[in-house]
Amino acid sequence: MTLQPPKHFRIGKTQLTLLEELTNANGVSGNEKEVRELVRKQVAPHADEINVDAMGNMLVIKHAKKNNPLKLMMAAHMDEVGLMIVDEDSDGLYSFVVVGGIDERQLLSKTVNVGDDKIPGIIGSKPIHLAESDELHSIIPVQSMRIDIGPANKSKVKVGDYAAFATKFMHSGDSLFAKALDDRLGVAALIEILKIVPDHIEFLAAFTVQEEIGLRGARVAAYGFNPDLAIVIDSTPAFDLPRPDENENTQYNCRLDAGPAIYLSDAGTLSDPRLIRFLEKIAKENKIPYQFRQPGGGGTDAGAIHKTRSGIPSVSVSVPGRYAHTPIMLARVKDWENTIILLQKALETISPATLSAERA
Amino acid sequence: MKALLQKLTETASPSGFEDKIRDLIRSEISAVTSSVKVDTLGNLIVTIGEKTVKGMRVMVAAHMDEIGLMVSHVEKNGLVRFTNIGAIFPRYLSGNRAIFLNGVTGCINNDRPDDLTKIQSIEKYFIDIGATSDKDCPVKIGDVAAIERGFVDLGKRVVSKSLDNRSSCAVLIETIQNIKNTPHELVFVFSAQEEVGVRGAQTAAYDIDADLGLAIDVTPTGDILGVKMQVSLGNGPAIKVRDQGMISDPRVVRWIEETARKNKIPYQMEVLEVGSTDARIMQVSKAGMFTGAVSIPCRYVHSPSEMVDMDDLNNTVKLLSALLSNPILLK
Amino acid sequence: MTEFVPFLLSLLSKPGLSGNEEPISALIAEKWRPLVDELSTSRLGSLHGLRRADAKDKRPSLMIATHMDAIGLMVKKIEHGLLLITHVGGIDPRILPGQLVTVHGKREIPGIVQLVPNRLLDDKFVGKSAEFKNLFIDTGLKESELLKQVQVGDLVSFAQTPFEMSGGYVAGHSLDNRASVTALTVCLEEIKNYNLNWNLIAVATVQEELTMAGAITSAFDLRPDLAITVDVTFAKGPGANDYRSFPLGKGPSIGLGANIHPALVKKFTTMADELDMPYSIETMPLSSGTDSMAIQISAEGIPNEVISVPIRYMHTSVEMVAMTDILRTGRLLARFITELNTESLNFLHEEKNS
Repeated sequence: MTLQPPKHFRIGKTQLTLLEELTNANGVSGNEKEVRELVRKQVAPHADEINVDAMGNMLVIKHAKKNNPLKLMMAAHMDEVGLMIVDEDSDGLYSFVVVGGIDERQLLSKTVNVGDDKIPGIIGSKPIHLAESDELHSIIPVQSMRIDIGPANKSKVKVGDYAAFATKFMHSGDSLFAKALDDRLGVAALIEILKIVPDHIEFLAAFTVQEEIGLRGARVAAYGFNPDLAIVIDSTPAFDLPRPDENENTQYNCRLDAGPAIYLSDAGTLSDPRLIRFLEKIAKENKIPYQFRQPGGGGTDAGAIHKTRSGIPSVSVSVPGRYAHTPIMLARVKDWENTIILLQKALETISPATLSAERA
Repeated sequence: MKALLQKLTETASPSGFEDKIRDLIRSEISAVTSSVKVDTLGNLIVTIGEKTVKGMRVMVAAHMDEIGLMVSHVEKNGLVRFTNIGAIFPRYLSGNRAIFLNGVTGCINNDRPDDLTKIQSIEKYFIDIGATSDKDCPVKIGDVAAIERGFVDLGKRVVSKSLDNRSSCAVLIETIQNIKNTPHELVFVFSAQEEVGVRGAQTAAYDIDADLGLAIDVTPTGDILGVKMQVSLGNGPAIKVRDQGMISDPRVVRWIEETARKNKIPYQMEVLEVGSTDARIMQVSKAGMFTGAVSIPCRYVHSPSEMVDMDDLNNTVKLLSALLSNPILLK
Repeated sequence: MTEFVPFLLSLLSKPGLSGNEEPISALIAEKWRPLVDELSTSRLGSLHGLRRADAKDKRPSLMIATHMDAIGLMVKKIEHGLLLITHVGGIDPRILPGQLVTVHGKREIPGIVQLVPNRLLDDKFVGKSAEFKNLFIDTGLKESELLKQVQVGDLVSFAQTPFEMSGGYVAGHSLDNRASVTALTVCLEEIKNYNLNWNLIAVATVQEELTMAGAITSAFDLRPDLAITVDVTFAKGPGANDYRSFPLGKGPSIGLGANIHPALVKKFTTMADELDMPYSIETMPLSSGTDSMAIQISAEGIPNEVISVPIRYMHTSVEMVAMTDILRTGRLLARFITELNTESLNFLHEEKNS
């Protein structure tokens, strides 16, 4: 008797353990080494070629097993928002700047890991007893915060070291709590998708760097791969919370539990309409829940990829997540799982015919 | 020219959704050339002539997209929230009408502000298409609309929406029809997605790999109070020295100036402090190209009622025809 | 040490505003011609000086980029015999009142930048700081003559004469980035008699101050295996004292951050230590703010490093540099080039892969 594979892919212990490893690792934009090495270990058994390019992107190729394959690039960014040490005070105190978009109101009274050796540090603040009453209503600017690694550790940190939030991964019910779920959810999804690629696809997986500071890695990765089309997997904020004024929330961006968020338009890309329609069709046919991310600002690696060379038809799909770019994000296992299923199903049927008509 | 301009401006085709305007332009030039192709981002690319010893490969771009709106959410009460495609100025919105690509029309208005003198951000605006709830609303998230405004002929001057940049499209179509002989390989690009960040021109320029590039677009004018700029409506095509995104190649500027003088075509010099054109991305494509831009003066750019002077359009056709029919000497 | 002062002063005496670099390019070309094997100009006007490797087989190439363009002003409108202006590159308008400038019309015309006098203003504008909208240039020419000589789009450059200060300092406009051009020239002189294992392309780029158009196009065209950008950084001094500034006369800064390949940081700091050369580490957490931003993301990506010469009063007409910093930068570059061998690309991979 042969075992029937499950109808759809399911998130199991393997995937959760991998996500835990990936989110506990640090990969502040410009210093993605630790994440890259975790990825390398995962993709090695499934890849035909693995290269690290000049910027640190990990470019993984899985060759097609048929002639005239479709060259499909799938990208997920390895980097996360974080901090960099820029100056040294006395007694193990260091000034820092923010790398990527972090709201400074998120920083006070948090723990961080500094440098390759992950020296634990504290971003402290003034005791409430010493704060004047009007002071309590003002925002503390990053310039006046310090990372404290303790007077005895002084020599263990140097200017130029990166720091990331020291948050540990948690899994509670159907929810995932971790830092950097943006975009380790995408990274883990891409690793999963790489495991089973249909024969007609030349699969070009880009684990990119420096997305959070300007889509820099994706641009050179796309140039190198020169694919026929590209799909970006990212995580997009779910602002699906009630408004304090009780009015209808018309600015939710996307919602938890509503499935993968397909991009229509963001600050960097007008997704290729042919690919939007294709993904929608796949989702409907396979009864996979999906949603359209509200068009508007923000962006993904697609912003760089689609303008590369003579143009690359591109679309992005995101796992919804609350509280992006803060010390702890929140996402749902089910949304993550459905994102992987949607993309796996899409790979099965995508072909040059998907793009044979003129755009729009 | 006016009839052509009316057809072009009354076609709704915001950035990324240029199929209607592309089909119209394609049919307008079909009599002249069949060397027409559409690329990945939706640019319409028309090639005329071959590069001779005396010639260059010249890319001439005029964007065919226009600013527009995209639905972001339909409220329970049927009001349609939207985001902008390109630089939509909220102050021009209320009281105007939007037409969706599927034909649905609606009126635009905004939430009542606390302070009536303040211009609100775009999230506060909505399109009312007459639906009573989200259930019977004929548009959904992602649907695209353009501003609905008819063409008005004022004689020497005309008013319409999307004269940015359909006036340049009209000029380019007439130029294509006008050019009888050229030593150059002329690659005309009716570019897509300019209003969202010169995206079409970027990929087209890469593919074409031209020696020299010209962008044709509109420029705001300084002939209304409060704007310190030299360009005036009706004073001829404006030769761009710089804008916010690029400095024209001085050799190209001199070539255009001399050609205008020699052919007795009125012209003016343009220094623009805001905005840019396809030329900015053409200049830095691959190893770079000699790049300049010719602008059609246009009042009230990005409003539903823009204004151009027909003399400026006709003179731009003359200037481009002269520039592109003869060998190019850069010095 | 003083032999490069006249060259630097000559560079500081030329305009060469972004997009119009011919005057400065000609001067640099003249200096570089005997120091390179081949000199060429890109379509956009960047100067490429190639020193070939002394080897028969194909060798990797190193690009060293220094931008040669300068900030300045441009005529945007002519009104009542006065010139209204906009800026080419980032200029604080508060440095402009009373500034002597040269207007590059049909001929070079002197002019003064000035403010609308207080007594002509509505009360609410009286005594406000200078902004481009209330600045103009007076050339002293009659309106009819002015219109014959000047048109919209003409360039305006600082007329400040550069000068040497005792103790080995030089002041003037355009030290950003002519100080670095001089450092690269020092480097070319240093390696004149050395055999090279790599091809070297010294590039004086155009339009860095606006769009980095020169770096974008030259990097794509040349496709080097490695690149170094040499630019200026903030020297400690009035108004510049935090972590973003470095002591004047205490050596170049070595950039570290997302635009920079980490292996090159290690390489340069090690070399500087070996040379007993003082240097600073310059953190560039997001962007270097130099041509390296464009070079790094060119084509399939180019590993690069940014070496900077500290100057005071950046983007004014009286920038100030220590000659020793220029010489050290040149020597550091020369050391890097002469140390390159055929295995040198490996160290990059080791770093990224480890």
